[in-house]
Amino acid sequence: MPPRTRKATTSDRDRSSGGHAPVGCCRIDRDRDAAEVRTYPQIIALVNRIDWVSGFANEIPFVGAIEKLLDIEVPERAQYIRLILTELARISSHLVFASSYPLELGASTPLMHAMREREHVLELLESVTGGRFHPNFNRVGGVKPAAGGGSTMKKLTQDLPAGFLAAADAAMHNVLDICDDIDRLVTGNELFLARTVGVGEIPGAKAIEYGVTGPNLRASGVKFDLRKVESLLPYDQFDFEIPVGNNGDCFDRYVVRIQEIRQAAGIVRQAIAKIPSGPLRAKVPRILKVPPGEAYVRAENPKGEMGYYLISEGGRIPYRLKIRSASFSNLSILPWVLEGALIPDLVAILGSLDFVLGDVDR
Amino acid sequence: MAVLPYKGLRTGMLLTLKTLFKKPVTINYPLEKETPVPRARGVIALDTEACTVCMLCARECPDWCIYIEGHKQEEPPAKEGGRVRTRATLDRFDIDYALCMYCGICVEVCPFDALFWSPDYEYSEFGISDMLHDKDRLTYWLSTVPDPPALEKQ
Amino acid sequence: MNFWLLLLVKVGLVLGVMMPGALVIIFGELKISAHMQSRIGPYFAGGRFGWAQPLADGLKFLQKEDLVPADADRTVYKLAPYVVLMGTLATFVIIPFSPDLVPRDLDLGVFYVLAVSSLSTLGVLMAGWSSANKYSLMGGLRAAAQLIAYELPLVLAVIGVAIQAGSLSLNDIVTAQASWQWFNVAPEWLNVISPFMILQVVGLTIFLIASLAELSRIPFDMPIAESELTMGYLTEYSGMRFTMFFLGEYAGLVSMAAIAATLFLGGYWVPGLDGDVLNFVGPVVLLSKVMIIAFLFIWLRWTFPRLREDQLQTLAWKWLIPAGLANILVTAFFRVVF
Repeated sequence: MPPRTRKATTSDRDRSSGGHAPVGCCRIDRDRDAAEVRTYPQIIALVNRIDWVSGFANEIPFVGAIEKLLDIEVPERAQYIRLILTELARISSHLVFASSYPLELGASTPLMHAMREREHVLELLESVTGGRFHPNFNRVGGVKPAAGGGSTMKKLTQDLPAGFLAAADAAMHNVLDICDDIDRLVTGNELFLARTVGVGEIPGAKAIEYGVTGPNLRASGVKFDLRKVESLLPYDQFDFEIPVGNNGDCFDRYVVRIQEIRQAAGIVRQAIAKIPSGPLRAKVPRILKVPPGEAYVRAENPKGEMGYYLISEGGRIPYRLKIRSASFSNLSILPWVLEGALIPDLVAILGSLDFVLGDVDR
Repeated sequence: MAVLPYKGLRTGMLLTLKTLFKKPVTINYPLEKETPVPRARGVIALDTEACTVCMLCARECPDWCIYIEGHKQEEPPAKEGGRVRTRATLDRFDIDYALCMYCGICVEVCPFDALFWSPDYEYSEFGISDMLHDKDRLTYWLSTVPDPPALEKQ
Repeated sequence: MNFWLLLLVKVGLVLGVMMPGALVIIFGELKISAHMQSRIGPYFAGGRFGWAQPLADGLKFLQKEDLVPADADRTVYKLAPYVVLMGTLATFVIIPFSPDLVPRDLDLGVFYVLAVSSLSTLGVLMAGWSSANKYSLMGGLRAAAQLIAYELPLVLAVIGVAIQAGSLSLNDIVTAQASWQWFNVAPEWLNVISPFMILQVVGLTIFLIASLAELSRIPFDMPIAESELTMGYLTEYSGMRFTMFFLGEYAGLVSMAAIAATLFLGGYWVPGLDGDVLNFVGPVVLLSKVMIIAFLFIWLRWTFPRLREDQLQTLAWKWLIPAGLANILVTAFFRVVF
């Protein structure tokens, strides 16, 4: 059964009088039932599936939390690889938005055009990690060891395959091209503007009040990006800007994401140019036992702030894992923003918040 | 051209018209096929010779979809007058691909290189019970395992 | 000739030309939209290019169960697709394919077209009301509001042509375009580019926009906006009845395009031909013009997002209707003065 969230709205003529999203229709309880009976390496495979359009980005704060408890320094090359792949995941996630949002408004061609370029990005991810959506590539202390960790290949780690950097550079050209194409097809389109400008405005203060994060918050004019504030990955070594909107309407939320694709492509190209050599994984015991303690580690996911609150009592499985996912918090503003919206605008607003249901119903 | 209104409409129409005359990027699947990258996680292949029935894969699997049975078997000594050896023999090694979530942990934890990823993906079935691949089928996949790709120079 | 036999021939003509026409346009839409999106589109049914895809779809729909919702108003529910299809097919009756090949050349042809094409609205409203489904009802109401709003610009756009040609009969309008003389000197072959396309360019634009809305195609497809209303008034339909709506939609596209081609693009007429030759060439010319307009509609559909319901009404009442009235005034003024 495809996962879905029910949207309950009551309508008075054709205006909705608020709405609330009864979440939980695809609940698999990743934080309790799933995470608290599994070992840490197993949970990495599960957190992939929280926000499934940017699986790689979900792993970063989780391994970050374990690394914080274990007090491990991740080698620089591994950090760069993580950063490149995170930005690729961000591009892929935002391209899904750029393709699906016009579809909500009835335009189906941007879908295929954006998906076409996303395919190249996913191929890059696949060539490194083996998975398109669920990479399961991060390991505590670095990235994944070679397939088949047997005696013959024990020393090898799964480094980037040959030709990856050149392919990534070429793909970033394509991504910038498709951004221009999307601008031609959607952004400047007067019908699209008519549907999105001034619709579903969220003022910055309101957004903060409801715990909205990520591009949705930045579209409301609040310049807050965890990549600049506190980051697990070496974002401070790169030159990039944080796009912000003015009004916090649907159009701003859309434009901020398209701009973020461009910025992310820039980050990837910079990282390719100066990726250092070195080991890919710090020394970590084969049977991973995390010392007792608590850690909350967060990172800027494509959808917003993603954080893991991890309590360990020692041992191979966590005592408690609380996942703070971006889409769930972003959706909390729905009752406020849908108040008095027209039914066609309801679709426009929902789409512009760019939530993923796995991220809502963890 | 700037005097004409509705520039956004025109640029969009031009773009779709241009795409109309470009070569499509999709392929006609059952007749043409794309080659997956060597690291692609398509299906798990088993090398029964290397397997020592250590059960690590079955234990580390996040959704416990690997079923292993084995027994210890005594083998005659290699040399005359030598010690009698016991060897673990694999009786059953099933992977339920209806449950598998392709995380690759089993391949990673295997200490004797008995499991490999193959990029082959064409094994869909009509019945869910047919998704359970037994030892023979898993061994067959071994022939589709590619060489690992060369690595980027550091 | 026997009246009934003649009737049968005419019905056969309308069905035999227009239904394949609709199928061709369905196939064109599948293929053109695919290539506009970098896809290859249908490829299997019927061999090389998948040309039989619309037929295969039709056959598939025939096998589906014809569901009627428990709370539905059964009679109205079952009747609605026929009304829609009937309204669309009835417009074909007066379209001139060539000087003599006109199923029925009415003096009030234009009037008849506009009157009959609104009949489909009734069918849509019946479908929406009888389905006992909130999406269907909203879709039906939206369709009704939209079709009423856009019927007016459509009529106003056509009045300009009628004034220019001095007749309401479609055949006379074609003749008027053929015999037009620019400043009493220009040769007849210049009329390949129809004079009405240039003189009535405002009317043509309004007519095309309004017919897009009449056909509820993107950017005016709110009645079946799938992200808002599931499938609008089509939500509950399945099987044969859905096919009839589907065919009705594309037959409507053919009829709208044929009317636009006749009124503004010179219809069947080609310079230098007359009599029997034109009788044979005419239908081909008309159908190729229909295909050009259909391509334009498909192109628009696969490029644009849809508007909002209130924006659609604003466009109709604040822009198209005043523009149509102004067009009539200007046309009438020049008609009287020159």
